[in-house]
Amino acid sequence: MRFIRRTDYEQDINLVQHKGHVLWYGLLLLLVFSAPLWLDRFLLGEFTYVFIYAIAGLGLMLLVGYTGLVSLGHAAFLAIGAYVHAFLLGHGWPFPLSMLFATGFSALVGALIAIPALRMTGIYLAVATLAFAVIVEQVLVHWEAVTGGFRGMAVPKPVLFGINFSDPTLFYFLSLLLLLVSLVLVMNILRSPSGRAMTAVRDSETSAESMGIHLAGTKTLAFALSAGFTGLAGALFAHRLTYLAPDAFTIVTSIQLLLMVVVGGLGSLHGVVFGALFVGLLPQIIAIARDSAPPVVAQIPGLEPAVFGLIMILFLIYEPLGIYGRWQKIRQFFEEFPLYRRATHRRQKTFLRTERLR
Amino acid sequence: MSLLEAEQLSISFGGVKAVQSVSFSVEAGEVFSIVGPNGAGKTTIFNLISRIYDSTAGRLSFSGQDITRVETHAVAGLGIARTFQNTELFEQETVLNNLLIGCHIHRKTRFWQDILFSPSVRRQELAFRRAVEDVIDLLDLQTYRHQIIGNLPYGVRKMVEIARALCLKPKLLLLDEPSSGLNPEETDDLAFWLEDINEALGITVIMVEHDMNLVGQASDRVMAMADGQLLTIGSPAEVQNHPEVLRAYLGQ
Repeated sequence: MRFIRRTDYEQDINLVQHKGHVLWYGLLLLLVFSAPLWLDRFLLGEFTYVFIYAIAGLGLMLLVGYTGLVSLGHAAFLAIGAYVHAFLLGHGWPFPLSMLFATGFSALVGALIAIPALRMTGIYLAVATLAFAVIVEQVLVHWEAVTGGFRGMAVPKPVLFGINFSDPTLFYFLSLLLLLVSLVLVMNILRSPSGRAMTAVRDSETSAESMGIHLAGTKTLAFALSAGFTGLAGALFAHRLTYLAPDAFTIVTSIQLLLMVVVGGLGSLHGVVFGALFVGLLPQIIAIARDSAPPVVAQIPGLEPAVFGLIMILFLIYEPLGIYGRWQKIRQFFEEFPLYRRATHRRQKTFLRTERLR
Repeated sequence: MSLLEAEQLSISFGGVKAVQSVSFSVEAGEVFSIVGPNGAGKTTIFNLISRIYDSTAGRLSFSGQDITRVETHAVAGLGIARTFQNTELFEQETVLNNLLIGCHIHRKTRFWQDILFSPSVRRQELAFRRAVEDVIDLLDLQTYRHQIIGNLPYGVRKMVEIARALCLKPKLLLLDEPSSGLNPEETDDLAFWLEDINEALGITVIMVEHDMNLVGQASDRVMAMADGQLLTIGSPAEVQNHPEVLRAYLGQ
């Protein structure tokens, strides 16, 4: 077990809090940075996908896990990021600039959406965001001059100074780097007054307001940030798809994003990464398992979404704190071995207010 | 000039007149208690002062400034902090983070500084932390610093809520039934801390309280209410023996 001896207030503020962090996160960084050396091309692509999902998840986690506002329409921000990026690339913008603009534009749309959203909470907000996503989807279909409608829209290759970033290895590093930058930014928000205001709003609006927190401002900020990160993920996603069509940004995508943060573990950044691994890799694992299953089972149509859904449901019933909650229990088991008691976590089976939907 | 003045303050919810033209004033530096049977309108007065409710008539002023229509989140900035009857803490956060949220009104940094965690944000965090530690020392909360609120017993939560209100460095502190749910020893401690808060920190206190021992021990003046109306204002002994008050509590 690790007992942290605190001798300095900075210890609670710094991102790296003790030597164990240096060791384990250092090893993890080494692992992900050396991955292109020992991972085959297909899996490298899959991990790139996981990183992109994780960036979108960070945005959604800020909103759902930390501010307590549910959104069922985040595919819309993913779409806005992707289409704006592709559109600007097509008009000759250099790709870092276009990516930045796509992020900013999504954030702006997010802030505008926050204005009506401020009046709603829980299930009503979920329905309203869902409606927004449907509107965006319809715009993508019908505004053919810009989006190409159902025919879709080709995404120009990301080229900078003659270097083509659509090369799998380079694109892997680009996604990884953007994920790391996003992570640090989100961690900075969470350890500063802005982030604390968000968690305060999540846990008690009345109390937050009487502590001098501007409710509308905090919620708008959360929406804008959330949309911004998701928009950035969308811009990267565009390059992965290489050809944009409205059917990549449907309600199913929104639900997948929401399930990612719930299954990963609401209210933790570890949960975002776990959730992204889960949502990004599980379909592949199911597909591989299907190949080796007996033909009677393997030929059932719609097996993959069914198994996917079943695992989700089991998680929601037996581990409401998500994969991260489970991970904490496993870690504690080894740390306290042989003294671990199951009852330790009995009391912590609490729900975030977000989950109760008020 | 009084610190807080209420003139003909009224509010009704539909046909229910929760508070009917109540006037009182609280002087700087005193401990002012509000007593009365359930449904007398005590908490409603707190909610009017902290602007959770809009009064239907009357006027409220705080150190000479009209606060009848200020925005809810601006009340804290004026120097009015409060606690809630059934504790409204941030359940999923540690005690430390709850207290740091109490420092929120002293925030000087902007969002773009926060997201980059600029040196000024770091300095501010350290300053907040020092202020929080002073409050932790005052109320003996050291043991609970890194614990999640959801895991704490009720008595400790009550103290954490008072601590959080103190982190605002208020001029006026509103305590809504601070002793409810506390055992007799904890209530004694509370009387002691109230004295500290009032005399050492110079904070004016208004509290709603049912425990008449605590009221008598700690308060300078007491206001008695029943059915939304003011009965009397006076010293604890005067109020306890006032015929109207006796009738409100005991009947004819």
